[in-house]
Amino acid sequence: MAQIRLSGSGGQGVITAAIILAEAAVREGKEAVQSQSYGPEARGGASKAEVIISDQPIYHPKVLVPELVLALTQAAADKYSKDLAVGGTLVIDTDLVPNPPNFPNIISIPITKLAVDKIGKSLFANIVALGALVKITELVDFETIKKAVAQRVPPATIDRNMQALQVGYDAVTK
Amino acid sequence: MSEARLIQGNEACAQGALAAGVRFFGGYPITPSTEIAETMAQKLPGLGGKFIQMEDEIASMGVVLGAVLAGQKALTATSGPGFSLKQELIGFAACAEIPIVIVNVQRVGPSTGQPTSPAQGDVMQARWGTHGDHPMIALSPWTVREAYDATILAVNYSERFRTPVILLMDEIVGHLREKVVLPELKDIEIYPRRVPKITRAEGYEPYRPDEDMVPNVADFGQGYHIHVTGLIHDETGFPSGSPKVTEDAIRRMHEKIMHVQDEITHFEEFFMEDAQYAVVAYGGTARTAYEAVRTAREHGLKVGMVRLMTIWPFADKIIKKTAKQVKAILVPELNYGQLVGEVERAAGGSARVKLLAKYNTEIFTPQELVEAIENLCAGVDE
Repeated sequence: MAQIRLSGSGGQGVITAAIILAEAAVREGKEAVQSQSYGPEARGGASKAEVIISDQPIYHPKVLVPELVLALTQAAADKYSKDLAVGGTLVIDTDLVPNPPNFPNIISIPITKLAVDKIGKSLFANIVALGALVKITELVDFETIKKAVAQRVPPATIDRNMQALQVGYDAVTK
Repeated sequence: MSEARLIQGNEACAQGALAAGVRFFGGYPITPSTEIAETMAQKLPGLGGKFIQMEDEIASMGVVLGAVLAGQKALTATSGPGFSLKQELIGFAACAEIPIVIVNVQRVGPSTGQPTSPAQGDVMQARWGTHGDHPMIALSPWTVREAYDATILAVNYSERFRTPVILLMDEIVGHLREKVVLPELKDIEIYPRRVPKITRAEGYEPYRPDEDMVPNVADFGQGYHIHVTGLIHDETGFPSGSPKVTEDAIRRMHEKIMHVQDEITHFEEFFMEDAQYAVVAYGGTARTAYEAVRTAREHGLKVGMVRLMTIWPFADKIIKKTAKQVKAILVPELNYGQLVGEVERAAGGSARVKLLAKYNTEIFTPQELVEAIENLCAGVDE
Protein backbone atom coordinates (compact mmCIF):
# COMPACT_ATOMS: atom_id res chain seq x y z
CA MET A 1 0.00 0.00 0.00
CA ALA A 2 1.30 3.45 -0.93
CA GLN A 3 0.23 6.62 0.89
CA ILE A 4 0.87 9.89 -0.92
CA ARG A 5 0.02 13.45 0.10
CA LEU A 6 0.00 16.44 -2.26
CA SER A 7 -0.18 19.87 -0.68
CA GLY A 8 -0.04 23.51 -1.61
CA SER A 9 -2.40 26.44 -1.65
CA GLY A 10 -5.85 26.52 -3.25
CA GLY A 11 -5.59 27.05 -7.00
CA GLN A 12 -2.25 25.27 -7.49
CA GLY A 13 -4.04 22.18 -8.71
CA VAL A 14 -2.86 19.65 -6.13
CA ILE A 15 -6.34 18.11 -5.90
CA THR A 16 -6.47 17.66 -9.67
CA ALA A 17 -3.01 16.10 -9.63
CA ALA A 18 -4.10 13.70 -6.88
CA ILE A 19 -7.23 12.71 -8.81
CA ILE A 20 -5.17 12.03 -11.94
CA LEU A 21 -2.68 9.89 -9.98
CA ALA A 22 -5.54 7.83 -8.52
CA GLU A 23 -7.16 7.52 -11.96
CA ALA A 24 -3.89 6.23 -13.38
CA ALA A 25 -3.72 3.58 -10.65
CA VAL A 26 -7.29 2.49 -11.42
CA ARG A 27 -6.33 2.26 -15.11
CA GLU A 28 -3.66 -0.25 -14.09
CA GLY A 29 -6.26 -2.32 -12.23
CA LYS A 30 -5.14 -1.25 -8.76
CA GLU A 31 -7.35 -0.14 -5.87
CA ALA A 32 -7.18 3.60 -5.22
CA VAL A 33 -8.89 6.20 -3.07
CA GLN A 34 -8.44 9.96 -3.20
CA SER A 35 -9.60 12.50 -0.65
CA GLN A 36 -8.88 16.11 0.19
CA SER A 37 -9.31 18.82 2.71
CA TYR A 38 -9.29 22.51 2.11
CA GLY A 39 -10.45 25.71 3.74
CA PRO A 40 -13.61 27.56 2.76
CA GLU A 41 -11.60 29.71 0.31
CA ALA A 42 -11.54 28.77 -3.40
CA ARG A 43 -8.09 30.39 -3.83
CA GLY A 44 -5.29 30.61 -1.29
CA GLY A 45 -5.41 28.82 2.04
CA ALA A 46 -3.78 25.49 2.73
CA SER A 47 -4.94 22.67 0.49
CA LYS A 48 -4.20 18.98 0.91
CA ALA A 49 -5.06 16.01 -1.28
CA GLU A 50 -4.28 12.39 -0.50
CA VAL A 51 -4.03 9.22 -2.53
CA ILE A 52 -3.82 5.65 -1.32
CA ILE A 53 -2.95 2.96 -3.85
CA SER A 54 -3.08 -0.73 -3.01
CA ASP A 55 -3.56 -4.22 -4.40
CA GLN A 56 -6.17 -4.86 -1.67
CA PRO A 57 -9.50 -3.11 -0.96
CA ILE A 58 -8.97 0.15 0.95
CA TYR A 59 -11.23 0.85 3.94
CA HIS A 60 -9.91 3.69 6.13
CA PRO A 61 -9.78 6.40 3.45
CA LYS A 62 -7.19 8.84 4.85
CA VAL A 63 -3.41 8.71 4.76
CA LEU A 64 -1.99 7.80 8.18
CA VAL A 65 1.75 7.81 7.51
CA PRO A 66 2.63 9.26 4.10
CA GLU A 67 5.62 7.80 2.29
CA LEU A 68 5.77 10.86 0.08
CA VAL A 69 4.66 14.43 0.63
CA LEU A 70 4.67 17.01 -2.13
CA ALA A 71 4.68 20.60 -0.88
CA LEU A 72 4.21 23.50 -3.28
CA THR A 73 4.24 26.24 -0.60
CA GLN A 74 6.20 26.95 2.56
CA ALA A 75 3.01 26.77 4.65
CA ALA A 76 2.13 23.38 3.19
CA ALA A 77 5.67 22.08 3.76
CA ASP A 78 5.55 23.17 7.40
CA LYS A 79 2.03 21.87 8.04
CA TYR A 80 1.81 18.62 6.10
CA SER A 81 5.27 17.02 6.28
CA LYS A 82 5.37 16.42 10.05
CA ASP A 83 4.02 12.85 9.94
CA LEU A 84 6.17 11.65 7.04
CA ALA A 85 7.29 8.04 7.31
CA VAL A 86 10.84 7.36 8.45
CA GLY A 87 12.62 6.80 5.17
CA GLY A 88 9.90 8.73 3.33
CA THR A 89 10.44 11.46 0.78
CA LEU A 90 9.57 15.15 0.89
CA VAL A 91 9.34 16.78 -2.52
CA ILE A 92 9.37 20.57 -2.48
CA ASP A 93 9.15 23.43 -4.94
CA THR A 94 12.65 24.94 -4.67
CA ASP A 95 11.52 28.56 -4.97
CA LEU A 96 8.25 28.40 -3.06
CA VAL A 97 9.67 26.50 -0.08
CA PRO A 98 12.72 28.63 0.77
CA ASN A 99 13.09 27.15 4.26
CA PRO A 100 12.82 23.36 3.89
CA PRO A 101 11.73 21.49 7.04
CA ASN A 102 14.38 19.47 8.83
CA PHE A 103 13.96 16.12 7.08
CA PRO A 104 16.71 13.80 5.84
CA ASN A 105 15.32 12.98 2.41
CA ILE A 106 14.22 16.07 0.50
CA ILE A 107 14.03 16.31 -3.26
CA SER A 108 14.00 19.95 -4.29
CA ILE A 109 12.72 20.73 -7.79
CA PRO A 110 11.96 24.21 -9.19
CA ILE A 111 8.52 22.92 -10.19
CA THR A 112 6.70 26.21 -10.75
CA LYS A 113 9.72 27.84 -12.42
CA LEU A 114 9.98 24.88 -14.82
CA ALA A 115 6.28 25.24 -15.63
CA VAL A 116 6.73 28.94 -16.42
CA ASP A 117 10.06 28.63 -18.27
CA LYS A 118 9.39 25.46 -20.29
CA ILE A 119 5.60 25.44 -20.77
CA GLY A 120 4.83 29.13 -20.41
CA LYS A 121 2.43 29.12 -17.46
CA SER A 122 2.59 28.41 -13.73
CA LEU A 123 -0.78 26.69 -14.26
CA PHE A 124 1.10 23.57 -15.38
CA ALA A 125 3.05 23.25 -12.12
CA ASN A 126 0.76 20.48 -10.85
CA ILE A 127 1.37 18.38 -13.96
CA VAL A 128 5.14 19.02 -13.79
CA ALA A 129 4.94 17.81 -10.18
CA LEU A 130 2.97 14.73 -11.27
CA GLY A 131 5.68 13.82 -13.80
CA ALA A 132 8.28 14.08 -11.03
CA LEU A 133 6.19 12.02 -8.59
CA VAL A 134 5.77 9.19 -11.08
CA LYS A 135 9.52 9.10 -11.67
CA ILE A 136 10.26 9.09 -7.93
CA THR A 137 7.62 6.58 -6.79
CA GLU A 138 7.20 4.37 -9.88
CA LEU A 139 3.65 3.81 -8.60
CA VAL A 140 2.28 3.84 -12.15
CA ASP A 141 3.83 3.62 -15.59
CA PHE A 142 4.72 6.90 -17.26
CA GLU A 143 2.54 5.85 -20.22
CA THR A 144 -0.43 5.34 -17.89
CA ILE A 145 -0.10 8.74 -16.26
CA LYS A 146 0.04 10.29 -19.75
CA LYS A 147 -3.28 8.66 -20.62
CA ALA A 148 -4.83 9.71 -17.31
CA VAL A 149 -3.72 13.34 -17.80
CA ALA A 150 -4.95 13.40 -21.39
CA GLN A 151 -8.36 12.17 -20.29
CA ARG A 152 -8.74 14.75 -17.52
CA VAL A 153 -7.46 18.03 -19.08
CA PRO A 154 -9.16 20.20 -21.74
CA PRO A 155 -8.34 18.76 -25.21
CA ALA A 156 -6.68 21.97 -26.43
CA THR A 157 -4.11 21.72 -23.61
CA ILE A 158 -3.14 18.05 -24.02
CA ASP A 159 0.14 18.76 -25.87
CA ARG A 160 1.35 21.25 -23.29
CA ASN A 161 0.31 18.95 -20.45
CA MET A 162 2.30 16.09 -22.03
CA GLN A 163 5.31 18.42 -22.20
CA ALA A 164 4.75 19.39 -18.56
CA LEU A 165 4.71 15.71 -17.52
CA GLN A 166 7.95 15.10 -19.42
CA VAL A 167 9.62 18.18 -17.90
CA GLY A 168 8.75 16.97 -14.39
CA TYR A 169 9.84 13.41 -15.19
CA ASP A 170 13.20 14.58 -16.56
CA ALA A 171 13.78 16.92 -13.61
CA VAL A 172 14.29 13.91 -11.32
CA THR A 173 17.69 12.30 -11.61
CA LYS A 174 17.81 8.75 -10.37
CA MET B 1 -20.58 -4.58 -15.64
CA SER B 2 -19.04 -1.40 -16.93
CA GLU B 3 -15.33 -0.73 -16.59
CA ALA B 4 -13.68 0.39 -13.35
CA ARG B 5 -13.57 4.13 -12.88
CA LEU B 6 -12.51 6.57 -10.18
CA ILE B 7 -15.73 8.26 -9.03
CA GLN B 8 -16.56 10.58 -6.17
CA GLY B 9 -19.30 9.64 -3.68
CA ASN B 10 -21.36 12.71 -4.52
CA GLU B 11 -21.08 11.99 -8.23
CA ALA B 12 -22.09 8.36 -7.65
CA CYS B 13 -25.15 9.61 -5.77
CA ALA B 14 -26.16 11.81 -8.72
CA GLN B 15 -25.51 8.94 -11.18
CA GLY B 16 -27.62 6.64 -9.03
CA ALA B 17 -30.48 9.14 -9.02
CA LEU B 18 -30.35 9.37 -12.81
CA ALA B 19 -30.28 5.56 -13.09
CA ALA B 20 -33.34 5.41 -10.83
CA GLY B 21 -35.23 7.70 -13.20
CA VAL B 22 -34.82 11.06 -11.47
CA ARG B 23 -35.29 13.76 -14.10
CA PHE B 24 -35.69 16.85 -11.93
CA PHE B 25 -33.27 18.45 -9.49
CA GLY B 26 -34.02 21.54 -7.47
CA GLY B 27 -31.43 22.74 -5.03
CA TYR B 28 -29.17 25.35 -3.55
CA PRO B 29 -25.45 24.54 -3.46
CA ILE B 30 -23.76 23.90 -0.14
CA THR B 31 -20.50 22.17 0.78
CA PRO B 32 -19.99 19.21 1.05
CA SER B 33 -22.95 18.32 -1.21
CA THR B 34 -22.35 20.69 -4.13
CA GLU B 35 -20.95 18.08 -6.55
CA ILE B 36 -24.36 16.37 -6.56
CA ALA B 37 -25.96 19.55 -7.91
CA GLU B 38 -23.05 20.05 -10.33
CA THR B 39 -23.40 16.55 -11.75
CA MET B 40 -27.16 16.88 -12.09
CA ALA B 41 -26.73 20.26 -13.83
CA GLN B 42 -24.35 18.66 -16.32
CA LYS B 43 -26.38 15.53 -17.02
CA LEU B 44 -30.08 16.40 -16.72
CA PRO B 45 -30.50 18.67 -19.77
CA GLY B 46 -29.10 15.96 -22.06
CA LEU B 47 -31.59 13.45 -20.65
CA GLY B 48 -34.58 15.71 -21.20
CA GLY B 49 -34.69 16.58 -17.52
CA LYS B 50 -34.64 19.86 -15.68
CA PHE B 51 -32.15 21.39 -13.25
CA ILE B 52 -33.09 24.48 -11.33
CA GLN B 53 -31.12 26.38 -8.72
CA MET B 54 -33.60 28.08 -6.41
CA GLU B 55 -33.12 31.12 -4.20
CA ASP B 56 -32.71 29.03 -1.06
CA GLU B 57 -33.21 25.58 0.43
CA ILE B 58 -36.86 26.12 1.37
CA ALA B 59 -37.76 27.00 -2.21
CA SER B 60 -35.62 24.06 -3.39
CA MET B 61 -37.73 21.71 -1.31
CA GLY B 62 -40.94 23.27 -2.61
CA VAL B 63 -39.94 23.04 -6.24
CA VAL B 64 -39.04 19.34 -6.08
CA LEU B 65 -42.39 18.51 -4.44
CA GLY B 66 -44.12 20.37 -7.24
CA ALA B 67 -42.15 18.44 -9.84
CA VAL B 68 -43.07 15.13 -8.20
CA LEU B 69 -46.78 16.00 -8.12
CA ALA B 70 -46.51 16.87 -11.82
CA GLY B 71 -45.16 13.39 -12.57
CA GLN B 72 -41.35 13.54 -12.29
CA LYS B 73 -39.04 11.67 -9.99
CA ALA B 74 -37.04 14.38 -8.25
CA LEU B 75 -34.06 14.88 -5.98
CA THR B 76 -32.65 17.63 -3.81
CA ALA B 77 -29.30 17.67 -2.02
CA THR B 78 -27.95 19.75 0.82
CA SER B 79 -25.93 19.77 4.04
CA GLY B 80 -26.73 20.63 7.69
CA PRO B 81 -27.94 24.24 7.46
CA GLY B 82 -29.98 23.50 4.34
CA PHE B 83 -31.34 20.30 5.86
CA SER B 84 -32.72 22.37 8.74
CA LEU B 85 -34.48 24.69 6.30
CA LYS B 86 -36.05 21.80 4.41
CA GLN B 87 -37.65 20.22 7.47
CA GLU B 88 -41.08 21.86 7.27
CA LEU B 89 -41.68 20.65 3.72
CA ILE B 90 -40.27 17.20 4.52
CA GLY B 91 -43.16 16.94 6.96
CA PHE B 92 -45.53 18.15 4.25
CA ALA B 93 -44.23 15.38 1.98
CA ALA B 94 -44.79 12.82 4.74
CA CYS B 95 -48.36 14.02 5.36
CA ALA B 96 -49.34 14.53 1.71
CA GLU B 97 -47.51 11.29 0.76
CA ILE B 98 -45.25 12.80 -1.87
CA PRO B 99 -42.31 10.57 -2.89
CA ILE B 100 -39.07 12.54 -2.66
CA VAL B 101 -35.41 11.86 -1.84
CA ILE B 102 -33.51 14.43 0.20
CA VAL B 103 -29.73 13.97 0.27
CA ASN B 104 -27.98 15.35 3.34
CA VAL B 105 -24.19 15.19 3.11
CA GLN B 106 -23.49 15.79 6.80
CA ARG B 107 -20.92 18.26 8.05
CA VAL B 108 -20.03 19.58 11.49
CA GLY B 109 -22.84 21.60 13.11
CA PRO B 110 -24.85 23.09 14.69
CA SER B 111 -25.56 26.08 12.46
CA THR B 112 -22.90 26.89 9.86
CA GLY B 113 -20.51 24.78 11.95
CA GLN B 114 -17.44 23.56 10.07
CA PRO B 115 -18.32 23.78 6.39
CA THR B 116 -15.89 21.26 4.92
CA SER B 117 -15.42 18.86 7.83
CA PRO B 118 -17.02 15.45 8.38
CA ALA B 119 -19.60 14.64 11.05
CA GLN B 120 -22.52 12.30 11.67
CA GLY B 121 -24.51 14.77 13.74
CA ASP B 122 -27.79 14.69 11.81
CA VAL B 123 -28.84 11.13 12.67
CA MET B 124 -31.63 12.28 14.97
CA GLN B 125 -32.55 15.24 12.80
CA ALA B 126 -33.08 12.83 9.92
CA ARG B 127 -35.54 10.95 12.12
CA TRP B 128 -37.27 13.78 13.98
CA GLY B 129 -36.27 17.01 12.20
CA THR B 130 -39.80 17.72 11.10
CA HIS B 131 -42.54 17.94 13.71
CA GLY B 132 -45.31 15.51 14.48
CA ASP B 133 -45.64 11.75 14.31
CA HIS B 134 -44.24 10.49 11.05
CA PRO B 135 -42.21 7.53 9.86
CA MET B 136 -38.85 8.03 8.22
CA ILE B 137 -36.53 6.05 6.01
CA ALA B 138 -32.86 7.06 6.09
CA LEU B 139 -29.97 5.25 4.38
CA SER B 140 -26.28 5.83 5.09
CA PRO B 141 -23.79 4.46 2.53
CA TRP B 142 -20.17 3.60 3.39
CA THR B 143 -18.60 3.30 -0.05
CA VAL B 144 -18.83 5.21 -3.31
CA ARG B 145 -20.47 2.22 -4.97
CA GLU B 146 -23.01 2.04 -2.16
CA ALA B 147 -23.73 5.77 -2.57
CA TYR B 148 -24.91 4.80 -6.06
CA ASP B 149 -26.91 1.78 -4.91
CA ALA B 150 -28.41 3.50 -1.86
CA THR B 151 -29.60 6.43 -3.97
CA ILE B 152 -31.42 4.03 -6.29
CA LEU B 153 -32.89 2.26 -3.27
CA ALA B 154 -33.93 5.61 -1.75
CA VAL B 155 -35.75 6.62 -4.94
CA ASN B 156 -37.40 3.20 -5.13
CA TYR B 157 -38.52 3.29 -1.50
CA SER B 158 -39.86 6.83 -1.84
CA GLU B 159 -41.98 5.73 -4.81
CA ARG B 160 -43.08 2.43 -3.30
CA PHE B 161 -44.17 3.91 0.03
CA ARG B 162 -44.95 7.44 -1.24
CA THR B 163 -42.85 8.95 1.50
CA PRO B 164 -39.81 11.20 1.89
CA VAL B 165 -36.53 9.25 2.11
CA ILE B 166 -33.33 10.73 3.50
CA LEU B 167 -30.01 9.71 1.98
CA LEU B 168 -27.84 10.40 5.01
CA MET B 169 -24.39 10.74 3.49
CA ASP B 170 -21.35 12.17 5.23
CA GLU B 171 -18.40 14.22 4.01
CA ILE B 172 -16.15 11.16 4.17
CA VAL B 173 -18.07 9.24 1.54
CA GLY B 174 -19.42 12.30 -0.30
CA HIS B 175 -15.98 13.67 -1.11
CA LEU B 176 -14.17 10.36 -1.42
CA ARG B 177 -13.09 9.19 -4.83
CA GLU B 178 -12.56 5.47 -5.20
CA LYS B 179 -12.45 2.72 -7.76
CA VAL B 180 -15.97 1.72 -8.70
CA VAL B 181 -17.58 -0.59 -11.20
CA LEU B 182 -21.17 0.50 -11.80
CA PRO B 183 -23.85 -2.00 -12.82
CA GLU B 184 -25.44 -2.00 -16.27
CA LEU B 185 -28.64 0.05 -16.38
CA LYS B 186 -30.60 -2.97 -17.58
CA ASP B 187 -29.71 -4.83 -14.37
CA ILE B 188 -31.10 -2.11 -12.10
CA GLU B 189 -34.54 -2.59 -10.60
CA ILE B 190 -36.69 0.54 -10.78
CA TYR B 191 -39.91 1.04 -8.84
CA PRO B 192 -42.21 2.96 -11.19
CA ARG B 193 -44.53 5.79 -10.16
CA ARG B 194 -47.76 4.35 -8.74
CA VAL B 195 -50.80 4.98 -10.94
CA PRO B 196 -54.56 4.82 -10.33
CA LYS B 197 -56.03 1.37 -10.94
CA ILE B 198 -59.57 2.60 -11.49
CA THR B 199 -61.25 5.59 -13.09
CA ARG B 200 -63.16 8.41 -11.46
CA ALA B 201 -66.39 6.84 -12.73
CA GLU B 202 -65.43 3.61 -10.96
CA GLY B 203 -65.04 5.50 -7.70
CA TYR B 204 -61.33 6.41 -7.60
CA GLU B 205 -60.22 8.30 -4.52
CA PRO B 206 -56.62 9.58 -4.59
CA TYR B 207 -55.76 8.75 -0.98
CA ARG B 208 -57.54 5.39 -0.69
CA PRO B 209 -54.84 2.92 0.35
CA ASP B 210 -54.03 -0.02 -1.87
CA GLU B 211 -53.45 -3.52 -0.42
CA ASP B 212 -49.96 -2.50 0.76
CA MET B 213 -51.48 0.48 2.64
CA VAL B 214 -50.03 2.98 0.14
CA PRO B 215 -52.41 5.13 -1.96
CA ASN B 216 -52.10 5.38 -5.74
CA VAL B 217 -52.19 9.16 -5.94
CA ALA B 218 -52.51 10.30 -9.55
CA ASP B 219 -50.05 12.84 -10.93
CA PHE B 220 -51.47 16.19 -11.97
CA GLY B 221 -52.49 16.16 -15.60
CA GLN B 222 -53.66 12.55 -15.74
CA GLY B 223 -57.33 13.48 -15.76
CA TYR B 224 -58.04 13.07 -12.06
CA HIS B 225 -59.05 15.69 -9.53
CA ILE B 226 -56.35 15.80 -6.88
CA HIS B 227 -56.23 17.88 -3.72
CA VAL B 228 -52.90 17.99 -1.90
CA THR B 229 -52.73 19.29 1.65
CA GLY B 230 -50.61 19.17 4.77
CA LEU B 231 -53.80 19.00 6.82
CA ILE B 232 -54.79 15.51 7.89
CA HIS B 233 -57.11 14.34 5.15
CA ASP B 234 -59.42 11.45 4.32
CA GLU B 235 -59.36 9.27 1.20
CA THR B 236 -60.60 12.14 -0.95
CA GLY B 237 -57.52 14.19 -0.10
CA PHE B 238 -59.62 16.89 1.57
CA PRO B 239 -59.13 17.88 5.22
CA SER B 240 -61.07 16.13 7.94
CA GLY B 241 -61.31 16.98 11.63
CA SER B 242 -62.55 13.51 12.54
CA PRO B 243 -60.66 11.72 15.36
CA LYS B 244 -61.10 8.41 13.54
CA VAL B 245 -59.78 9.76 10.21
CA THR B 246 -56.84 11.30 12.07
CA GLU B 247 -56.02 8.11 13.94
CA ASP B 248 -56.32 5.98 10.80
CA ALA B 249 -54.19 8.40 8.76
CA ILE B 250 -51.35 8.57 11.27
CA ARG B 251 -51.41 4.82 11.91
CA ARG B 252 -51.35 4.03 8.19
CA MET B 253 -48.52 6.53 7.60
CA HIS B 254 -46.38 4.48 10.02
CA GLU B 255 -47.66 1.01 9.24
CA LYS B 256 -47.21 1.27 5.46
CA ILE B 257 -43.46 1.32 6.19
CA MET B 258 -43.12 -0.48 9.52
CA HIS B 259 -44.91 -3.64 8.36
CA VAL B 260 -41.86 -4.28 6.18
CA GLN B 261 -39.29 -2.97 8.69
CA ASP B 262 -37.11 -6.08 8.47
CA GLU B 263 -37.17 -6.06 4.67
CA ILE B 264 -35.91 -2.49 4.40
CA THR B 265 -33.36 -2.47 7.22
CA HIS B 266 -30.20 -3.34 5.32
CA PHE B 267 -27.04 -4.29 7.18
CA GLU B 268 -23.87 -6.34 6.83
CA GLU B 269 -22.14 -8.56 9.39
CA PHE B 270 -18.38 -9.12 9.49
CA PHE B 271 -16.45 -11.63 11.62
CA MET B 272 -19.58 -12.26 13.73
CA GLU B 273 -19.64 -16.10 13.74
CA ASP B 274 -17.70 -16.55 16.98
CA ALA B 275 -17.67 -12.92 18.14
CA GLN B 276 -17.91 -12.13 21.85
CA TYR B 277 -17.74 -8.38 21.23
CA ALA B 278 -19.16 -6.26 18.43
CA VAL B 279 -18.75 -2.87 16.83
CA VAL B 280 -21.89 -1.27 15.38
CA ALA B 281 -20.97 1.40 12.84
CA TYR B 282 -22.45 3.22 9.85
CA GLY B 283 -21.48 5.59 7.05
CA GLY B 284 -17.86 6.67 6.55
CA THR B 285 -16.98 5.71 10.13
CA ALA B 286 -17.70 2.06 9.30
CA ARG B 287 -14.71 2.05 6.92
CA THR B 288 -12.33 2.81 9.76
CA ALA B 289 -14.22 0.47 12.10
CA TYR B 290 -13.83 -2.38 9.62
CA GLU B 291 -10.09 -1.87 9.47
CA ALA B 292 -9.88 -1.69 13.27
CA VAL B 293 -11.95 -4.86 13.75
CA ARG B 294 -9.74 -6.72 11.29
CA THR B 295 -6.63 -5.56 13.16
CA ALA B 296 -8.17 -6.52 16.53
CA ARG B 297 -8.89 -10.00 15.10
CA GLU B 298 -5.23 -10.28 14.12
CA HIS B 299 -4.46 -9.45 17.78
CA GLY B 300 -6.60 -12.43 18.78
CA LEU B 301 -9.67 -10.52 20.00
CA LYS B 302 -13.03 -12.15 19.25
CA VAL B 303 -14.68 -9.06 17.87
CA GLY B 304 -17.09 -8.68 14.97
CA MET B 305 -18.94 -5.87 13.30
CA VAL B 306 -22.47 -4.99 12.27
CA ARG B 307 -22.55 -2.28 9.62
CA LEU B 308 -25.91 -0.55 9.35
CA MET B 309 -26.88 0.83 5.96
CA THR B 310 -30.49 1.58 6.88
CA ILE B 311 -30.41 3.97 9.84
CA TRP B 312 -34.19 4.55 9.96
CA PRO B 313 -36.25 2.60 10.62
CA PHE B 314 -33.74 1.24 13.10
CA ALA B 315 -32.48 -2.32 12.63
CA ASP B 316 -33.92 -3.58 15.94
CA LYS B 317 -33.82 -7.25 14.98
CA ILE B 318 -30.11 -7.59 14.17
CA ILE B 319 -29.06 -5.46 17.14
CA LYS B 320 -31.25 -7.56 19.46
CA LYS B 321 -29.69 -10.73 18.06
CA THR B 322 -26.15 -9.30 18.30
CA ALA B 323 -26.70 -8.15 21.90
CA LYS B 324 -27.76 -11.67 22.87
CA GLN B 325 -24.58 -13.09 21.33
CA VAL B 326 -21.93 -10.69 22.62
CA LYS B 327 -20.82 -9.31 25.97
CA ALA B 328 -20.41 -5.72 24.83
CA ILE B 329 -21.03 -3.47 21.84
CA LEU B 330 -18.94 -0.44 20.81
CA VAL B 331 -20.67 2.34 18.86
CA PRO B 332 -18.22 4.82 17.28
CA GLU B 333 -19.94 7.96 15.99
CA LEU B 334 -18.75 11.33 14.69
CA ASN B 335 -21.12 13.12 17.07
CA TYR B 336 -21.73 13.49 20.81
CA GLY B 337 -23.74 10.25 20.86
CA GLN B 338 -26.88 9.72 18.75
CA LEU B 339 -27.46 6.27 17.28
CA VAL B 340 -25.91 4.72 20.41
CA GLY B 341 -29.23 5.37 22.19
CA GLU B 342 -31.08 3.25 19.65
CA VAL B 343 -28.48 0.49 19.99
CA GLU B 344 -28.96 0.56 23.77
CA ARG B 345 -32.73 0.44 23.40
CA ALA B 346 -32.63 -2.49 20.97
CA ALA B 347 -29.98 -4.31 23.04
CA GLY B 348 -32.40 -4.16 25.95
CA GLY B 349 -29.70 -4.77 28.55
CA SER B 350 -28.50 -8.04 26.97
CA ALA B 351 -25.07 -6.53 26.29
CA ARG B 352 -23.09 -3.58 27.60
CA VAL B 353 -23.22 -0.71 25.07
CA LYS B 354 -20.32 1.73 24.93
CA LEU B 355 -20.17 4.96 22.96
CA LEU B 356 -17.01 6.27 21.33
CA ALA B 357 -17.81 9.86 20.36
CA LYS B 358 -15.67 12.21 18.27
CA TYR B 359 -16.69 15.70 17.18
CA ASN B 360 -13.54 17.70 16.48
CA THR B 361 -13.69 17.79 12.62
CA GLU B 362 -11.36 14.78 12.34
CA ILE B 363 -12.40 11.23 11.52
CA PHE B 364 -11.45 8.26 13.69
CA THR B 365 -8.06 6.66 13.10
CA PRO B 366 -7.90 2.86 13.00
CA GLN B 367 -5.58 3.01 16.04
CA GLU B 368 -8.16 4.91 18.13
CA LEU B 369 -10.77 2.28 17.37
CA VAL B 370 -8.39 -0.63 17.98
CA GLU B 371 -7.65 0.81 21.44
CA ALA B 372 -11.37 1.29 22.11
CA ILE B 373 -12.01 -2.33 21.10
CA GLU B 374 -9.17 -3.52 23.37
CA ASN B 375 -10.68 -1.55 26.27
CA LEU B 376 -14.13 -2.94 25.48
CA CYS B 377 -12.82 -6.51 25.58
CA ALA B 378 -10.85 -5.80 28.77
CA GLY B 379 -13.98 -4.44 30.43
CA VAL B 380 -12.47 -1.01 31.06
CA ASP B 381 -15.14 1.53 32.17
CA GLU B 382 -17.49 -1.29 33.14
